[in-house]
Amino acid sequence: MDWTVTDALWGWPPPVLDPAGPYSAQVTTLSWALFALGVVVTAVVIVALWVAIKGPPRWKAKLGGERAIWIGGVAFPGVVLTALLIWGLTLTASLTEPIRGDEMRIRVTGEMWWFRVQYLDADGVVVMQDANEIHIPVDTPVVLELESADVIHSFWVPHLSGKKDMIPGRRTLLRIEADRAGEFGGVCAEYCGGQHALMGFVAVAHEPDAWQAWRADRIATLNRAQSPIAPTAQRNSIDAAGDPAEADIPARYDARRGYDLFMETGCAACHRIAGSEANGMAGPDLTHIASRRTLGAGILPNHRGTLIGWIGDSQSIKPGNRMPSYDRLSADELGHIAAFLELQK
Amino acid sequence: MVSSDRGRAVLATVMAMGATGVISACKDPVETRYEPSDAAISRGLAAIEKAGCGSCHEIPGVDWPKGRLGPSLKGFDDVGLIAGQLPNRPGVLASFIRNAPAIKPGSPMPPMPVSEAEAQDIASYLYGLDSD
Repeated sequence: MDWTVTDALWGWPPPVLDPAGPYSAQVTTLSWALFALGVVVTAVVIVALWVAIKGPPRWKAKLGGERAIWIGGVAFPGVVLTALLIWGLTLTASLTEPIRGDEMRIRVTGEMWWFRVQYLDADGVVVMQDANEIHIPVDTPVVLELESADVIHSFWVPHLSGKKDMIPGRRTLLRIEADRAGEFGGVCAEYCGGQHALMGFVAVAHEPDAWQAWRADRIATLNRAQSPIAPTAQRNSIDAAGDPAEADIPARYDARRGYDLFMETGCAACHRIAGSEANGMAGPDLTHIASRRTLGAGILPNHRGTLIGWIGDSQSIKPGNRMPSYDRLSADELGHIAAFLELQK
Repeated sequence: MVSSDRGRAVLATVMAMGATGVISACKDPVETRYEPSDAAISRGLAAIEKAGCGSCHEIPGVDWPKGRLGPSLKGFDDVGLIAGQLPNRPGVLASFIRNAPAIKPGSPMPPMPVSEAEAQDIASYLYGLDSD
């Protein structure tokens, strides 16, 4: 409930040095090798500088000769950088291997400023949609098909893999895999406009049992009847959530009224909720909004307060994002819509 | 006219005391006001950021977000009534944060997912904004 990307990427060790899977382990190895080599080169330069200023005249002469430039300026960097390039590309080649056909596939599309997530079957057909949250099983390689809807973004979950650009008009591939269950923060790593810094997502790795349960739950939602609103009993319990004191107050917000408002106010023009008439594709899919850890693309905890704040005035929170602030709605109307969305688990 | 001077001095003193009395009726003297500890204040800021209070409120010390759906909490310690209705005391404020509609029916602020202790820390932070 109080999870945001900032918290997930904060602290020590930095996630890039704390790999949670085989692909990120390769990136970590490369990072340490580059760091070690950088230390060696810096040390050599410092020693050479000392020799050039205070060293004995014979050493100074050697350092100033043409031979030193051929060795230190051409041969050394030429050999080392070429070797490093070959090693680095070989080491990380598996991150971008082409699709074999038996892997799990997810298409992630960068949008200003959020991530569209679509789970694909073996033929590349979209099975389930979501946004700003990617669920994967542990110990299973997953191929991400990265695309962009507008400008260049870059997809990065440092715990699970390297960075990969999302380029308009092209599809790039990136493999991720987690070897332990957990929630891993991800961000856009390529400046993409005013709210680039507020474009994050969560990758959730499940143990096999939890994964099966999650998947069954999602498929059940896809196959449900044509009403996204839960029975009355559940609706009334929303208001009592959290605090026993509130159980005494009659339910104030009505999810059915919220559903009507969702349709009347225009939310459905941009947002989709599977099993309802809401079928907009411009904004994030809201079929499972209540089960998401965050709101606004990894930036806010997801609870009724932040939901009301976001719907009523998202432009104060994330200026320039494509959702208008619904300042024409009353506090009660915002509450009804929030109550409705809280049922979309 | 010694007695008249003394009379004026007494009158001035009484008036000054009266003025102090009027002021103190509005507000507790500074030294007796609620003084939260620094630890509580910093825990309060962390709780505010964790709960995302900034989605709806502008709060000094919180760089982002600065929501404007709800009132700004600038100078909150000097506000007379919480939500225009409840006495602005630490205990009341903490209860209000946890479950606003329960103590002010009709409040558009929903109950917040914070613990009792966190609510008290958040109240401490808001009182710690005192700049006078």
